[in-house]
Formats: sequence, structure tokens, C-alpha cells
Amino acid sequence: MRLGLAIARRLLRLGLVLLCVAAVSFSLMMASPVDPVDAYLGPQMAQVSPEQRELIAQRWGFNDPAPLQFGRWLQQLASGNLGFSHVYNQPVGDVISQRFQRSIALLGSAWLLSILLGFTLGIIAGAKEHSPLDKMISTYAYITASTPTFWLAILSIMFFSVYLGWAPVCCAGPTGVLSSETGLLTRAHHLALPVVTLTLLGTASITLHTRTRMLALMRSEIATHAFAQGASRLDIAWRHGVRHASLPALTLALASLGELFGGSILIEQVFAYPGLGRATVEAGLRSDVPLLLGIALFTAVFVCSGNMLADSLYHLIDPRMRRKYA
Amino acid sequence: MLRIEQLTLELPYYPRWWQRRFATHLDQLSFSAAAGSLHAVVGASGAGKSLLAHTIMGLLPANARLSGQCFYQETLLDAKRQRHLRGRHMALIPQSLNALDPLVRTQRQVSWAANRSGLAHKAAWQAAGQALNHYQLDDRAGRAYPHELSGGMARRVLTAMAHAGQASLIIADEPTVGLDPVQRDRVLSALRSLAHQGKLVILITHDLRHALPIADHVTIMHQGRSVETAPASAFTGMGETLKSAYAQTLWQALPDNAFSASEIIHKKEESVA
Repeated sequence: MRLGLAIARRLLRLGLVLLCVAAVSFSLMMASPVDPVDAYLGPQMAQVSPEQRELIAQRWGFNDPAPLQFGRWLQQLASGNLGFSHVYNQPVGDVISQRFQRSIALLGSAWLLSILLGFTLGIIAGAKEHSPLDKMISTYAYITASTPTFWLAILSIMFFSVYLGWAPVCCAGPTGVLSSETGLLTRAHHLALPVVTLTLLGTASITLHTRTRMLALMRSEIATHAFAQGASRLDIAWRHGVRHASLPALTLALASLGELFGGSILIEQVFAYPGLGRATVEAGLRSDVPLLLGIALFTAVFVCSGNMLADSLYHLIDPRMRRKYA
Repeated sequence: MLRIEQLTLELPYYPRWWQRRFATHLDQLSFSAAAGSLHAVVGASGAGKSLLAHTIMGLLPANARLSGQCFYQETLLDAKRQRHLRGRHMALIPQSLNALDPLVRTQRQVSWAANRSGLAHKAAWQAAGQALNHYQLDDRAGRAYPHELSGGMARRVLTAMAHAGQASLIIADEPTVGLDPVQRDRVLSALRSLAHQGKLVILITHDLRHALPIADHVTIMHQGRSVETAPASAFTGMGETLKSAYAQTLWQALPDNAFSASEIIHKKEESVA
């Protein structure tokens, strides 16, 4: 019963956050210099007389006060209609779902890899402070933490794709081949370089946070007690360290979903990978208002659910917090 | 079984960030204790009692400066031997309840301790169950996390962890802090019975009164020095058989005795000055 209540409260909170995001992005669009009629007409702008433009604007309600337009948009949203994207000539819902499927292959695998790699490296580095291994891992983490994503992406394209020729230069599949005809292996081949680049960068923060938690544990009375029982550092890292370090790592991993989306915009742009990030850039450059608003809302849902999941998992994993829901 | 000779321990401190000085925490400390006995080490806070325990176990930070020698079973106790004996032959019951891992269930922690002492996983799990039972902790306590235990139960879990490894030297660091009289007597009698089984129990405490009924010998510590090692029976009457003034003063200062410390302490301070 209390669990149900907790879930209901979280969903309500998610709804409120979405409403706020919708309001803010809508008012940003209203304030932007984008003229929706121009954007809709595109190159045919010149063929339309001012009277006709006025007619379109009236038909679509652009002359109504902003709150009324916002209300109408919300009504459409509630009935599941996100609008029509003129850049892709498809309903916004379809564009997002197609693009997201491609993005999730890239982001999801990079995310998972960076968690696993970052966590392992952090545990190893933190198990023995100032050991050569710790120094190597920390140096690597500090360097990659301060490396811009796009710069590393450009470098890796230059080295692996152009110089060595190991990986394709762009896109999610070979050019001139329908996406339904590209095999799984070809897709993986095209995915490899962006995933590796994103992973290399994503590991840094998780490594550093895990390492810090491990250092604190190794200096704690828990570790001293374990040493007194004859445990080795490896033993302590494995039995106590993994439990203690998984809490901050998990929080960080789920809370960094937003950052991941931001990173994906840059990475997809550099690798010309047709995912959600590139759709965002396209929509922004070519004033596709419905698509931009749709992506903003979708991203908000994604990031919020990540945070909510982190919050809930914390209660499940840490026995000291579990009581509240029992 | 345990002999400590002229043990001096210095730890660094940094008065300014570029300066490093060493402070003496143990000063030419010597005493010896036999198997099958309970040896109490009594002293005020800051006397170096816990550091003594960590020195014997070899748990000091790497930058500690140590001189003097410890002998365990007539063989020199160096870092390598300490590493080998920890958990297997020597066990420490730590002072703080924070030594329990808050994320691990009780029986699992105890079984880890048994496992580290050389038992295989399955045997360690059984040994843990037995050790918990021995200290009147039931299955529910075994499944509990440390924060769900009372102070007394957590103390008994720590004792069970030291017990599970079948060590023959057990150092108990302030095991009765924060316990009510009933729980305290329970923990103390558990330690006494460990000594009866032929183990050497070193009981570190600041409370002479609680140590005396169960101890065979008492070492009084003051500012890192061993002031006196005397049989527990010497603490009777006005403590006439005690050799040092400090031990006599400590004994007479107890509420059950003369309760008159000030005079002698003042005299002693003058003589020190």
C-alpha cells in the first residue's frame, strides 16, 4: 500500500516537472525569432501573399494570446498528438521513436560500458592508494575528465577511420544501402568508434567517484577491522568495497543520463550518426518547432525517470534506507 | 605467550605543512602475559592503549616509527609474521561499533571473519552460526544489518567475529563502552571464559573497577609508559603492595575505596616537576 503511494507520489512529481518543462520550452519558442508560418512554408514562402499568410496564421490561431495557444498545445499533447515535423515529413512521435532506437544503441552501450569499466577501474585504483596502478588510472581519469567530447571524436576519426582505415567515417550504415538491408555486423562496425569514444570519456567521472569512495573505505574502521581479521586488500576491495562503492556509482550513472544526451548531440554530429542528437540539431537549425518541443519533452521524461530510478534503487540497495518502504 | 620489550612508538604530526615532527605515543613499554590468562591494560584516555593493540596486531600506518620488540610464543613478532598470524592466531575486538560493515548482514560478516582465518566457505558459515549462538544471538540477529542491532548485540557480534577464527590471542579494546551493567557483565564473562579455554585475552579498558574481578594481571599505563604490572590481587585494602604511586592513587581514587586522589596526585605532580 505504502509502496503504491510512493509510486503515485513520484508519478505526480514527474507530471509536474513535465508541465514545467513544457511551459518553459513553449515560452522559449514563443520568444524565439522563428516564425512558424515561414518555417511551415519553407522555400514556398515567396509564392504566398501576405493575405494568405494572415489566413494561415488565423486558421492556426497564431494571433490568439500565448496562454490560449499553450492550452491548445497541451490538449493535443494529452491526446497523444505531438505534431508534424516538416524537416522529416513525418509525425513527431514517429521521428522520435525511430531516432531514439538508433540513439539508444549508441548511448546505451556506451553508458553500460562506461559504468562497468569506470567502476572496475575505480575499485582497482582505490584499493591501494598511491600504487603505480592507482597513479596510472587516476592520471587517465583526470585527463579524460577534462577532454572535450567532440575533440576526442574528431581525433579518433582522424586516426582510426582516416589513417588506419579500421572504422567507417560516418553514419549508422554504409551509404546507398537501405537501413533494413544492413546486417547486424555492419551496424556494430559503424557503432564501434562512437561507442568507444563516448565510453572513454564517460568512464572518467565514475572512476573518480568510485575511487574516492574506496579511499574513504580503506581508511575506515571497517577496513582496519578486516585487516585485523587477516584480510588482504583485494579481499576488502571485493567484499566491502564493491558494496560501498556501488551506491555512489549507481547514483552517478543514472543521474548522468542528461549529460549523456548532451554528449550524444556532439558525438552524433561529429560521426554523422542519425540519432536523436542530430535530429535535435536539425530541428533547431531549420526551425522545426513541433519536433524541438517533442524532443525537449522526451528528454525530460528520460532524465527524470533516470533520477527517479536512482532514488528508488538507493532505497532498495542500502539496507539503512530500506525500512521506510518495508 | 606474549612478551613486549621496550616498545616505543612514534607517530608523525605536521605542525605546519612543511614541518614533520614525531610524537611519542608508547614509551619503552614492557610487559608479558601468559596463555590462559586475562591481562588487563588500564589507563586514562590518550595513554596509548588502543595504539598498543594496533601495534601488536601490526595495524599501524606506514609512517609510524617503531622500536623495541614483541614476542609471540617466544618468536619475534615482525610485520611478516603479524600478517600471517592476524585472524588466524591473533584477533582484535575493536573499540568502535563502526567497525561493522553497515551493508552486510551479521552472519555473513562473521562468516567472512571465519573464512579469513582459514576456514572454507561452508565451514566458515557454520562456524559463524555457532559463534553467534555462543553469544546468544539468534537467527534473526544473524539476518539483521548492524543498524538493526542494539549496542550490546553489536558488541557481541564483534566478540563472535574474534571468536569465530579460533585465535589464541584476543585483544579486546574497550569492549564495555556504552553498555548497561547487565550487558557489560555478559561481555566481560564471555572474555573470562575465553581465557579459561586457554587463550590469552588482553583487555584494554579505562575502568579499573570492571577489569579487576576478571583479570589475572593488570598493567597500568600512563602517557605511553607502563607504570606497573601487578597481579589483580594486589589491588586490595589501600593498595599497599602496589609499587608505584600512580597505581596506588588510581586504586584509592575509586569511589568504593578512599575516594581521595587529589592529595597524592598533587604530591606526584610536584615530584615530576
